Amino acid sequence: MKPDRDTAAPQRLELIGLSKSYPGVKANDQVNLRVKPGEIHAVLGENGAGKSTLMKILAGIYPMDEGEIRLDGKRVEIGSPRAAQRLGIGIIHQELALMRDLTAAQNIFIGREPRRGPLLDEPALNAAAAAIFKSMHLTLDPRVPVESLTIAKQQMVEIAKALSYRSRILVMDEPTAALNDAEINELFAIIGRLKADGVGIVYISHKMDEIKRIADRVTVMRDGEHVGTVPAETTPIETIIAMMVGRKLTEEALAIPDFTGAETALEVRGLRRGKEIRDVSFAVRKGEILGLAGLMGAGRTEVARAIFGADPLEAGEVLVHGRPVAIRRPQDAVRAGIGYLSEDRKQFGLATGLDVRNNIALASLARFVGPAGVLREGQMRDTARRFIQQLAIKTPSDSQEARLLSGGNQQKVVIAKWLLRDCEILIFDEPTRGIDVGAKSEIYKLLNALAAQGRAIIVISSELPEVLRLSHRIAVMCEGRLTGILPGGASQEDIMRLATQRESAVAGPTDARIAS
Amino acid sequence: MATTDTAAKPGLLAGIRGTGAYHKLLAFSGLIALVAVFSLASRNFMQTSNVLAILQATSVNGVLAIAATLVIITGGIDLSVGTLMTFCAVIAGVVLTFWGLPLPLGLLAAIAAGTASGLVSGTIIAKLRVPPFITTLGMMLILKGLSLVISGTKPIYFNATPGFNQISLGSLFGSIVPALPLPNGVLILFAVALVASFVLSRTALGRYAFAMGSNEEAVRLSGVNVDRWKIAVYASAGAVCGIAGILIASRLNSAQPALGQGYELEAIAAVVIGGTSLSGGRGTVLGTLIGALIISVLANGLRILSVAQEWQTVVTGTIIILAVYADILRRRRL
Repeated sequence: MKPDRDTAAPQRLELIGLSKSYPGVKANDQVNLRVKPGEIHAVLGENGAGKSTLMKILAGIYPMDEGEIRLDGKRVEIGSPRAAQRLGIGIIHQELALMRDLTAAQNIFIGREPRRGPLLDEPALNAAAAAIFKSMHLTLDPRVPVESLTIAKQQMVEIAKALSYRSRILVMDEPTAALNDAEINELFAIIGRLKADGVGIVYISHKMDEIKRIADRVTVMRDGEHVGTVPAETTPIETIIAMMVGRKLTEEALAIPDFTGAETALEVRGLRRGKEIRDVSFAVRKGEILGLAGLMGAGRTEVARAIFGADPLEAGEVLVHGRPVAIRRPQDAVRAGIGYLSEDRKQFGLATGLDVRNNIALASLARFVGPAGVLREGQMRDTARRFIQQLAIKTPSDSQEARLLSGGNQQKVVIAKWLLRDCEILIFDEPTRGIDVGAKSEIYKLLNALAAQGRAIIVISSELPEVLRLSHRIAVMCEGRLTGILPGGASQEDIMRLATQRESAVAGPTDARIAS
Repeated sequence: MATTDTAAKPGLLAGIRGTGAYHKLLAFSGLIALVAVFSLASRNFMQTSNVLAILQATSVNGVLAIAATLVIITGGIDLSVGTLMTFCAVIAGVVLTFWGLPLPLGLLAAIAAGTASGLVSGTIIAKLRVPPFITTLGMMLILKGLSLVISGTKPIYFNATPGFNQISLGSLFGSIVPALPLPNGVLILFAVALVASFVLSRTALGRYAFAMGSNEEAVRLSGVNVDRWKIAVYASAGAVCGIAGILIASRLNSAQPALGQGYELEAIAAVVIGGTSLSGGRGTVLGTLIGALIISVLANGLRILSVAQEWQTVVTGTIIILAVYADILRRRRL
């Protein structure tokens, strides 16, 4: 694409004909991007479209092969992360780049600590951090180790860090991935203030509603190429998605099957643990997808982990196919046919260093043990290949290391693992976090297919559209309580009402189980 | 540490960097308990002369353990501290005994040798990206060999340098307080501990050591020259090993080239008992000091109770595992 040189307005950031190749891959091919002062410029594209390479070039992590970068009209070289900072380019990485053992203030000023002679000036450090927090209207003690902060607060620390560089350009990679609605509003308020100050913002996200809400323009990338730049407000979402995937995605309407007479697969009664889980009871039937909605900290993940035996319960009963089972450890849950797909695949779900084959076999290794304890590799391979085909996992082979797959395909590997283990009850915690739009709809289809095969599925999601699209019924939690169960296709408003409702509105907690 | 829900526990650790303070208490109460048990078991244990002997015995391992602490906080490991100590002692012997140069030059040479070796290790680790375990394992053997080569495999005595053994064994403190002739070696240990503690908490070197151990990539992305600081940490640890070399040479009034291997494990044991995390990011010098004291108190107390040396080793090993397990238990409760 030819750079249009007719723009008379001053540009904060200009990328002109930027290219970057790795052996065998063109990660960025002649990319152009212009960001005006005070503009929020969204960059969209599926995973592998080249967004992160672009970001890393701006961050000074990778050098570019070709092209030109201009800041406020002046050509610049970004040779190192430090150079990027000096130029006023702040980066908020998706995987928070914080030092967990250090305090908030120490994190913000790492590499630029105020000093008195050779010594660090801790009071000045804390004061400077406090001043930034104040300018962000944020109440946070700068002396608190970030380890003890919520993910949302950690993110705020990252933003404060970027602000402390007096950044003229702020690149944000999926900044809302781990935030609830209130926190997103807080974040957007801060972004709005930066915009008013003339900061140019490059906003990388998958979430259309957010882009519609705050972005001025949208640049779409696909396969390393610049597909086009369109105004955010007037361009329909379908058009933007079509630009991203290069094809039209058809949204399937939610079809709720008839559950009369369906067997109850999983039932929990009176689960309790401290303030996190307060008397939670519900049931899921065979073939049903139960959405578990709520704001961050409502206790959804806690409930899932407790059912799975990952965290202890103080009270409560878990019944599988009508029979009470004692679940003290994840092993017990797996034996009862319950699989849990955690929200953090890299940390808990996937052995990233192992290949696809071994990841799929991991939970069922016993069935591949041959005579003398030697693993039957051939059988493992055949099984893995069957799942790769069944779930359409995109991988060059079953011996590919799992960490090299895209997020969506990693998720499918984890699903394959539990399917191989014959899990009839699957709990998905944020199944599409960090997964791009195209792969998301594939995961949705897969979940629907699994339910249609008679499995009982619980989906925890912070994205209401996702909950609404998938769930046959929706259980809503607030502050550890189940505040109600809504039928599928309920409105976002209904869910939010229950999600912010402090006391149970349902007549009694037991009624909630059968309200459908 | 809790798995996913750091969110659920805000402020529990607020105001305390890492969890060092809790563990220090734990290690400290362990030390007190040991002292109490041995005092009850034997009247000789708490005598001034025995207490001083324990402190004296701690001085070399304590200084080495402080060197190891610096490196371990960055998430690295240094297996060469023991043989580096010997190498530095041999260098001091060369300068003082072979060349007959004045005492300060010998001390300087020992510390310089330590720093240089640390620079080499640090550079290999930071620039060539050889893992710290491998690099320092190699350096451990290289330094052991060099010590033997340089010394001609024979001990170098410091008889030509009067006052050399006073560095460790003499007592400046005792000349002021005659009732408590605290050996200089112990004072040096305390001084090194104070300086190291100060460097860790108040200087950029210390801050980056914790930061690198916590999330090295994040530090790099923050524009910090990670390589340079990492090299600086290893060099500082090397310098501290140089001091340990002087201490042990002075105590033996000789540089024993065959000595050294095995000291690194005892030093790392002290670090771990003292609550420094082997995965980096958290740890304290005070903890390490307590850890080193626990090891010496054990050795001394068991000897007084006439427990065989072999069993002392078994007990020390058990204590290491118990100390770390106690820490894990404590964190789980939080």
